[in-house]
Amino acid sequence: MRIIVTIKQVPETSNVKMDKETGTMIREGVVSVINPLDLYAIEAGIEIKELHGGHVTVCTMGPPSAAKALKEAIAMGCDEGVLVSDKKFAGADTWATSYTLGAAIKELGPFDLILAGERATDGDTGQVGPGLAAWLGLPLATYVSKICSLENNQLTVERLVEDGYQVLQLPMPALLTVVKEISNPRLPTLRGKKKARASQLRVLSARDLEVQESHLGLKGSPTKVVKIEYPKVTRGGKMVKASGEEGLHTAVSALFAFLAEKELI
Amino acid sequence: MSYVWTIAEQNKGRLREVSFELLCRGRKLADKMNTKLCSVLLGSNVADDILQELISRGADEVYFIDDPRLASFIVETHSNALSDLIKKYKPHTILAAATSSGRTMMPYVAIQVSTGLTADCTELDIEEGTNYLLQTRPAIGGNIMATIKTPDHSPQMATVRPKSSRPLPLDPTRRGKIVRLPLPDGLYDPRVREVGFRMSHEDSASIEEADIVVAGGKGMKKSDNFAMLRTMARHLGGVVGGTRDAVDRGWLTYPQQIGLSGKTISPKLYVAAGVSGSIQHLAGIKTSEYIVAINQDPEANIFQVADFGIVGNLFEVVPLINARLEAHNKGGK
Ligand SMILES: Cc1cc2nc3c(=O)[nH]c(=O)nc-3n(C[C@H](O)[C@H](O)[C@H](O)COP(=O)(O)OP(=O)(O)OC[C@H]3O[C@@H](n4cnc5c(N)ncnc54)[C@H](O)[C@@H]3O)c2cc1C
Ligand SMILES: Nc1ncnc2c1ncn2[C@@H]1O[C@H](COP(=O)(O)O)[C@@H](O)[C@H]1O
Repeated sequence: MRIIVTIKQVPETSNVKMDKETGTMIREGVVSVINPLDLYAIEAGIEIKELHGGHVTVCTMGPPSAAKALKEAIAMGCDEGVLVSDKKFAGADTWATSYTLGAAIKELGPFDLILAGERATDGDTGQVGPGLAAWLGLPLATYVSKICSLENNQLTVERLVEDGYQVLQLPMPALLTVVKEISNPRLPTLRGKKKARASQLRVLSARDLEVQESHLGLKGSPTKVVKIEYPKVTRGGKMVKASGEEGLHTAVSALFAFLAEKELI
Repeated sequence: MSYVWTIAEQNKGRLREVSFELLCRGRKLADKMNTKLCSVLLGSNVADDILQELISRGADEVYFIDDPRLASFIVETHSNALSDLIKKYKPHTILAAATSSGRTMMPYVAIQVSTGLTADCTELDIEEGTNYLLQTRPAIGGNIMATIKTPDHSPQMATVRPKSSRPLPLDPTRRGKIVRLPLPDGLYDPRVREVGFRMSHEDSASIEEADIVVAGGKGMKKSDNFAMLRTMARHLGGVVGGTRDAVDRGWLTYPQQIGLSGKTISPKLYVAAGVSGSIQHLAGIKTSEYIVAINQDPEANIFQVADFGIVGNLFEVVPLINARLEAHNKGGK
């Protein structure tokens, strides 16, 4: 069983700066972490390996510093890390990212399962997983909250949708994007950290992949950021104190006046 | 001039509300470009009088690919069908809902037809002169608004969050064409099959599709106390959700979690009780139209984003609100 988990390194803080010229993020000076939603995919991959045997490869496309995210994933229990990195990949939107990741995964050889996070907390699109499945022509299930069974190369999974859980059966190799409900990410162990430090990452650059240059990075991205604004987050709404019997009634009356004025009741 | 399309959604022969919300967005764009608005539905067994509502709510034409194999959402076959239609009719713009199916199918289709896609747009406009779709969306937990366009590719594609726009009023005098199409040969992909469906219990009825969401956090203290939020939700015609802390404690289920690692919602009214307003929670509620917060700590972050805040003990405030709502509802509107 060969499992590939795609992860993204994202800025830790919520105060990220943007380059107004290119509309991309300024990464200098910001602490980076594994996209928190990718931890569920990593954990799911490790659990499948523990249950069915196999090998987990964790793969990210990003700058050389993204190696740190791969090492963290190895410390959790992944077996091998692949860094897809080249100046030519920089500034890629979800179309170009999924194209490049697709080419990298083809380079890695046969696999049974790809796991991706539901979305990355910086770009927040959730488009790379489905895009990757489309490039690779893989059966896809998104928002997977549970793997019910995995046998004879058939997966049965539950996916979280608006009014419940859709149960899907799909043949492997397949791609799943997963939600928080699927697993409880473990912390790296001391032994894991040691192994991570010693591990050699595989680095793939544009030269190593069968790609068309015109499809890469900012230039290859169909979408272009044309404007960035920092919206005011505070709304400066009304605030009332509900203290004491009378204060309580006045406050609730004021709320009802507000709800009525906005036609909410 | 090529058309503006919106992707309608169906469930067991009925149209989902979001189909009409998209038409409201699409109507403005189509009018601005002086072109037609077309609603595309992939599904099975939807009656003409139901499809007519798409016309009454803004569409000029309806394309309905009607096939039992499209009855439930399976991304491969749905995407093949939509991509085929795009290649045949070459629309200018396509708007879809940022639902579990829209967010799955559209990125798949974007690869198949080789164009860009912008997720979760809150504003859409047409650029003067070029007619490019200007797609504005929040990113980085709502801390920035980015405007994006897709200059060298077509169609222009975006997804829009449910509840972020209101359907146009029903106009029964509107007339339009309804076209039923078969699923062309070779587009059905048999690999993935739906083998079951587990309905969520009523309590967690889709918080993304609700007009009103009443949320509780750690300040609710225990599971039983959520009964009063359920009562409030029932009086208001809404549903109950909550913070990650509330979910992690088992007071609510994961589908009810709002925020960075849960759902992003845009209801008309969001009420928070005993919620501090962490950055991660706010990421999921910033696009709500109105925010009401009840918290005993006047410094709580939630008050920063609230349109109306009550500083007080929720165990006193909420029961009083409920009593007033009950009286209000009994008294007739
Ligand atoms: C990667 C990551 C992802 C996360 N994703 C999410 C997410 O998706 N959603 C989410 O919600 N959180 C998320 N969190 C967690 C988030 O950081 C906060 O811990 C969480 O939102 C706090 O929940 P809370 O407001 O219920 O609890 P608290 O922060 O403990 O707030 C409780 C509030 O209740 C008030 N209160 C207490 N008693 C009363 C009373 N009697 N009357 C009135 N008010 C009272 C208190 O004043 C306090 O403000 C995430 C965190 C991380 C690191
Ligand atoms: N640069 C990247 N390298 C590897 N995986 C990625 C990258 N970007 C996104 N992904 C994967 O795609 C998922 C969705 O990301 P996004 O579409 O950016 O919200 C993430 O959770 C990752 O699993």
